[in-house]
Amino acid sequence: MSELTSAQIEHVARLARIEISNEEVAALRDSMGHILTYIERLNEVDTEGVEPMVHAIDLSNVFREDVVAPSLSRDAALSNAPSSDGRYFLVPAILDGDQ
Amino acid sequence: MSKTSPCERLVRSLLERLQSGDLSATRLTEECLSEIKANNEALNVFVSLQEESALRQAEAIDQRRARGESLGPLAGIPVAVKDNICQSGQKMTCSSRMLENFVSPYDAHVVEKLYAADAVIVGKTNLDEFAMGSSTENSYFGMTRNPWNPEYVPGGSSGGSASAVASNMAALALGSDTGGSIRQPASFCGLVGLKPTYGRVSRYGLVAFASSLDQIGPFSSDVYGAAAMMEAISGHDERDSTSLPYPPLDLTKDLDQPISGLKIGFIEELMEKSVDRDVVAGVRHAIDVYRQLGAEIVPISLKHAEYAVATYYIIAPSEASSNLSRFDGIHYGHRAKEFSSLTEMYSRSRGEGFGPEVKRRIMLGTYALSSGYYDAYYNKALKVRRLIRQDYDEAFQNVDVVLGPVTPSAAFKKGEHSKDPLTMYLSDLFTISANLTGLPAVSVPCGLNGQGMPLGFQLTGKALEESTVLRIARMFESQGDWKVNRF
Repeated sequence: MSELTSAQIEHVARLARIEISNEEVAALRDSMGHILTYIERLNEVDTEGVEPMVHAIDLSNVFREDVVAPSLSRDAALSNAPSSDGRYFLVPAILDGDQ
Repeated sequence: MSKTSPCERLVRSLLERLQSGDLSATRLTEECLSEIKANNEALNVFVSLQEESALRQAEAIDQRRARGESLGPLAGIPVAVKDNICQSGQKMTCSSRMLENFVSPYDAHVVEKLYAADAVIVGKTNLDEFAMGSSTENSYFGMTRNPWNPEYVPGGSSGGSASAVASNMAALALGSDTGGSIRQPASFCGLVGLKPTYGRVSRYGLVAFASSLDQIGPFSSDVYGAAAMMEAISGHDERDSTSLPYPPLDLTKDLDQPISGLKIGFIEELMEKSVDRDVVAGVRHAIDVYRQLGAEIVPISLKHAEYAVATYYIIAPSEASSNLSRFDGIHYGHRAKEFSSLTEMYSRSRGEGFGPEVKRRIMLGTYALSSGYYDAYYNKALKVRRLIRQDYDEAFQNVDVVLGPVTPSAAFKKGEHSKDPLTMYLSDLFTISANLTGLPAVSVPCGLNGQGMPLGFQLTGKALEESTVLRIARMFESQGDWKVNRF
């Protein structure tokens, strides 16, 4: 059985940048523990010498010509921004913040 | 209430009637819109509708046809699009609070292709939030219901698309399939649902969930419709670097040609373990039909198939945790009102914007990829993924196709699995392998169970062999109306 602690859940939530309530911590601790226990059955499989398979098809280094092509206009790119001044995405000041 | 019975719009006959002038695109679109008006509120199929533009488009097609102009291959066919696919100027929500007000600034490749084929888009369909789920109960906009019986789920995550076609609100629909999200709802709703070979259809404009597994594909009431829609949406697109460098598929021409000397692989052991009796009966019926058609049934063994769910629930959440990091409250999507720092803005916006299942998957992926666990989880899963693919490659030395169940049971009732995520995950046991391996797979309806709910079986083919898979599906379909089979 894979036991997760509340502190581990809170740590992962911080890494994932997701704010969660105390109730969510408890629920995630149980359900994620349950799922990870199930996943641990992979340890039964002998994978000695097996190459990891990242993708279903072997395409690599797909390049295009390095020429300018049409792309989204600035207006379109900004059209869904929660905050913008019509030229830039606006974000809260970071220099005096906690990071 | 609806005047029609489920799954009535057969694309082959609709196209013939449209071409012969027996039916106009306007009339057909009006029929679909009237089904929507009658039943959408009860079934909750669509997140947004495009009645006016659909009618305008249909009228324009009729006028062009009257003038003798050449028309696209799906001219006048009403189509629904899953709401995780971009259509310029239309809302695209992914059924999430995060994207409640998002308006797509561009068309997905598949949407461009639908326009080019002269299909008529009627609306955007409901899904499990960000395509994470197997019942369409995880939608911010409420669950979608199964047109065969509204007490049952339509499956997921493309439950809205499946429900749209099964309830005759559209003749075809696009879904996306990351672990079975086309094939499972197709099976629950009595439809043909195809997940193409990975790379056959461009993912440009599809909101990424797990990029190495996601693939767009069709829902249809008949094999012909699935083939016709695949022809329209397949082909190379340089805006998706995983798009295969091949031309669009040619599937409908030979669709009625049976495969001679057909050899079907069948896995006995996995099925007996964890499948309901009615599903087993449906699958055995399909086997019998193929045997009568002269096919040889070859017992095969896929010894790592039982690890597919465990493998998937490391790989898919890991990719999701990376893909969904783009929702930062800055470029688009929900931003929290109150925060005291940049980090708090990120965390609160994501905490408010994502629902419980999406949070769980991002967290699982973040955990699996975090320092100290990467090798034990993610790398291990990638190795087992290769073993699963090798099993199929070996099986395909001797057979043309692998036949098995789509799901362990027919559609379940709403709320039945929603309490326990692991039970829900295990319902994807038979569909997940096609995503991990990249192979094409189709779900084909084959009968009804004692509760009157549809049953299906799945055909998995060799890479790039959509044509073979659909011709084999057609061989079964052409033997008669599947709805009369009771198991």
